[in-house]
Amino acid sequence: MGIFSRRSRIAGRQKDLVSQTTLENAFDRRTFVVAAGMGGLGTILAARMAYIAIAENERWVLESESNRVNLSLIPPRRGWILDRNGAPLASNRADFRVDVIPDRMKDAEKTIDELAKILDLEATTVADITKRIDDARGFQPIEVATGLDYDQFAAISVRLPDLPGVVPQRGFSRFYPTGPSVGHLIGYVGPASAEEYEENPDPILITPGYKIGKDALEKQFEQDLRGEPGARRVEVTASGRIVRDLETREDVQGDPVRLTIDGPLQDYAARRIGLESGSCVVMDCETGDLLCMASMPSFDPNSFSAGIGRVEYSMLRDDERVPLRNKVLKGLYPPGSTVKPMHCMAFLDAGVKPEEAIMCNGGRRIGNRFFNCWSNHGRVDMAKAIYQSCDSYFYHFAQQVGFAKVADWAKKMGLGEEFDLPVTSQFYGTVPSPAWKERKFEREWQPFDTVNSSIGQGYYLTNPLQLAVMAARLATGDRVLPRLRLTDDKPKFEHFAFTPAEIDYVRQAMSDTVNGPGTAGRARLPFDDILMAGKTGTAQVVSLSVSDGKSGPWKYRDHGLFVFFAPFDKPKYAGAVVIEHGGGSGAAYPIARDVMTFLFDPAKGMEALRALEEQWGGTAQERLDRKYRAYAAANGEAVPPVPARDEDIFDQVEAEARVAARQPEQLAEEAIQPRVDTRTAQEVRDASPPPQAAPAPAPTPSATATPASGTVPE
Amino acid sequence: MSGIVPAPVARQPWQMLFPLIGLIAFGALVLTSAAAGDFSRYAESHLVRFAIFFIAAVVISRFSKDLVKFFAYPGYIVVLLLLMAVEIMGTLGGGSQRWLEVGPIRIQPSELMKPAVVVALARFYDSLPVGMIPTWRALIPAGAIIVLPMAFVLLQPDLGTSLAIAFGGGLVMFFAGLPLRWFVMAGAAGLAAIPLAFFFALKPYQQDRVTTFLDPESDPLGEGYQITQSKIAIGSGGLFGKGFNEGSQSHLNYLPEPHTDFVFATMAEEWGFAGGLFVIGAFAVILRWGFRVARDSSDRFGKLLAAGMTATIFFYVSINLMMVMGLAPVVGIPLPFVSHGGSSMMTNMICIGVLMMVHRWNLNAPKRGLMA
Repeated sequence: MGIFSRRSRIAGRQKDLVSQTTLENAFDRRTFVVAAGMGGLGTILAARMAYIAIAENERWVLESESNRVNLSLIPPRRGWILDRNGAPLASNRADFRVDVIPDRMKDAEKTIDELAKILDLEATTVADITKRIDDARGFQPIEVATGLDYDQFAAISVRLPDLPGVVPQRGFSRFYPTGPSVGHLIGYVGPASAEEYEENPDPILITPGYKIGKDALEKQFEQDLRGEPGARRVEVTASGRIVRDLETREDVQGDPVRLTIDGPLQDYAARRIGLESGSCVVMDCETGDLLCMASMPSFDPNSFSAGIGRVEYSMLRDDERVPLRNKVLKGLYPPGSTVKPMHCMAFLDAGVKPEEAIMCNGGRRIGNRFFNCWSNHGRVDMAKAIYQSCDSYFYHFAQQVGFAKVADWAKKMGLGEEFDLPVTSQFYGTVPSPAWKERKFEREWQPFDTVNSSIGQGYYLTNPLQLAVMAARLATGDRVLPRLRLTDDKPKFEHFAFTPAEIDYVRQAMSDTVNGPGTAGRARLPFDDILMAGKTGTAQVVSLSVSDGKSGPWKYRDHGLFVFFAPFDKPKYAGAVVIEHGGGSGAAYPIARDVMTFLFDPAKGMEALRALEEQWGGTAQERLDRKYRAYAAANGEAVPPVPARDEDIFDQVEAEARVAARQPEQLAEEAIQPRVDTRTAQEVRDASPPPQAAPAPAPTPSATATPASGTVPE
Repeated sequence: MSGIVPAPVARQPWQMLFPLIGLIAFGALVLTSAAAGDFSRYAESHLVRFAIFFIAAVVISRFSKDLVKFFAYPGYIVVLLLLMAVEIMGTLGGGSQRWLEVGPIRIQPSELMKPAVVVALARFYDSLPVGMIPTWRALIPAGAIIVLPMAFVLLQPDLGTSLAIAFGGGLVMFFAGLPLRWFVMAGAAGLAAIPLAFFFALKPYQQDRVTTFLDPESDPLGEGYQITQSKIAIGSGGLFGKGFNEGSQSHLNYLPEPHTDFVFATMAEEWGFAGGLFVIGAFAVILRWGFRVARDSSDRFGKLLAAGMTATIFFYVSINLMMVMGLAPVVGIPLPFVSHGGSSMMTNMICIGVLMMVHRWNLNAPKRGLMA
């Protein structure tokens, strides 16, 4: 029988014929076949090896290298944001940090619990982290904690084998020395969102510890600040132990961005706003440098480095003073009487002589209707109209000149203008004019529109930055343009066609508002040689029938405004202060006074602030921290999570800002009713400190109202 | 065989010894690298073991045919008893184990069983009258000789070794001339039994190994990891390898078991396809010599003995290489003469010793055929 023996089984159970020889033959054949099979298998193995090692070599070499070499990007240190003197408004602080990478965690919940135990994290923080892990794409690192001390860092580092996906690191975190003072101006940083990564799939974006600018200047100057990531190539074992460094490329720090902001002034102004909700802008009239753009209340960008916390966000969102809105750029307010000096320039341009006077009889008849003034000023010329803020004068001359002309000047002076600034967004408001009303509402311009607009009410809406620019342009007669980035060149501004005499006249009248018989005597600077000029404003937000504007619900109170420049005869600085629902300009000009005092004499300014802060219960930062703790204690974990998208965080606030801005529009449907001051002259005088040595020409007091400084503007 | 080389030297089977010593030496080199350049960790004991077992092989080769025939059954029974002892010790000791410890020596009876089965079967077919070959009497006792130890080894559990016993024993039966249809039927039955065996006989971890083998990417960090890392090591070696002591896969612990089961991958990474060809070629020469010894044997006992031993060595080599290259599931079978490990060295050197013994018998036997 052979190997493939088909035995001759011709009949039934016939035995196979087997003999010694057939067996030997069978053995030979079978061993031959088996040996051939073995040889075949050997050939297959050799071929297989050749295929893997030669044909597929490139692939496996690559895999072997990716096994062996671990490339980790080193997040670049972010460029500093400097103030005009080179002091950092945003810098970097070396710290220890822990991130987690969701993809690499085996049991996310357990790992986070473990971390929470080691780091002593609060329940709300854990909830935030869990939420962020759920929202994130798996590869995106999630920050668990920053600013760890060395012991905590070491405690986590030794437990790493039991904590897959946890990445402790030495790194840098963004540091804002003045915290909430620069929150709105500078913005904050945070890890890139999944959307941002999809838009720009740069691996640096998902490197643990890498932050990008999320708002304001941090976002705007992202490309400058970003820098070049470093890289570290290390040889690692299968268990992740680093054997040796192969190559390290240092990171290149991002470029610094130098702002025109004066850091101490910014901080001072923010703190001086105190318990109020408002903003303060100061700029250099000669260069347009914005020295301060404070908006309060604000958030502390330091605590946002991991994204906004749940409690923090909830607290900020619930606050009716909208701490998430940058009020300098996105707060829109009727300018009120602050536009009056600017309207006077328009009148001058239209040929009105400063000496031309009208009689204010507690109001003025325009067309066939009588419109109230806030007081009875008697005979009023241009100067008196400014320092006493007589409404009747503006009713009359705006009507005479035509409001279209006035509106043109308002635009030239910066109102309704969108400035070329590196900011994420600015609301530019409205300068009402007949053409605008026709376009927008398809309704005709009415005399009461002129009346309302002439005193900065009605449809008029401006942001504090525009008011500051207006003040600067009034003070210099130049078309000053604000700028935020410091450069060496001194810009040349276009000069408006006013004679120096005309400019001096308005300057003097505005100085009288403060230093003379005007409405803001308490705004006088505590210096003999530096006089500040200004103009008060009060913007009504609801009609008189709803609220008297001074008491009652906060959101019905009048906005207090003040525009100013100093020194009045040779203007160097100009600015604006707007206090939301401050109950009148009395809330605004003391702030302007102190800010300007600080600018000229920091020690004197600080003295005033310290007394106030004692009264308020600490600095802005301290009060914010306390408020946060109280809020967290009261609300516990029952706070809703933060929106997933960064944009949503501000969308809501911006939406509210628009609603707030629309509020006066309803008011504009009727003629404004300036509040009539019913107090006697004596009362007013008693209520306010007497102006020190008023150098201005003594005005003629009107019959019913005393030209007194103090609590009652306009 | 004439001239300057003295006859006793010329008589030695140099065509096997050269590749064998080459493999051992190469293995020592690879093991040095597997220990990150440390010669004493693996390579030294590798060489010492080879020296000891080579002496043992030489001793075995001096055995006479009658002696071997006499001790074939008793030897088998003793090893079987040892296997049972392992099982009992394991049960008493509260856990499975595969070895017996006698003083400093650790014996793995399942390893001894591989050659023992071959010897017993060769003895059985040698004594079986030629006419009985196609009958059940040729099958049942031989089957028992194979199945009994297999059962004990499976209980340990050690799938790889029991398969090795089945393979060696089965091939001896095949070479003994049993009717082919039995093998075809057994093969068909085996194929049919594979699904049943997979679901009912294999332990979960063994099932995992099989599924992972079929789809290594399904579990890249678990079972498939080993195969993938092995392929990376072999593939990244290229034509001539990364050079001695330069393999990153083995040195950085990516390769599992770089000195035992995956020693071929360790080698291939550093020596490349050329090294692989050398190893495969060396085995081919040794195995070819083994079959030649079997063919040259004048009697049935010697033929079956030599062919069976060759088959046993082949089984080790082929399964290990297939596993390392991703063609077979991960079973713990080392590469003969290269892997670090005493038991496999012992088994394979016993096989070599037996082959040398048959070779000696052939030389001493009266020449037959035309060449005589």
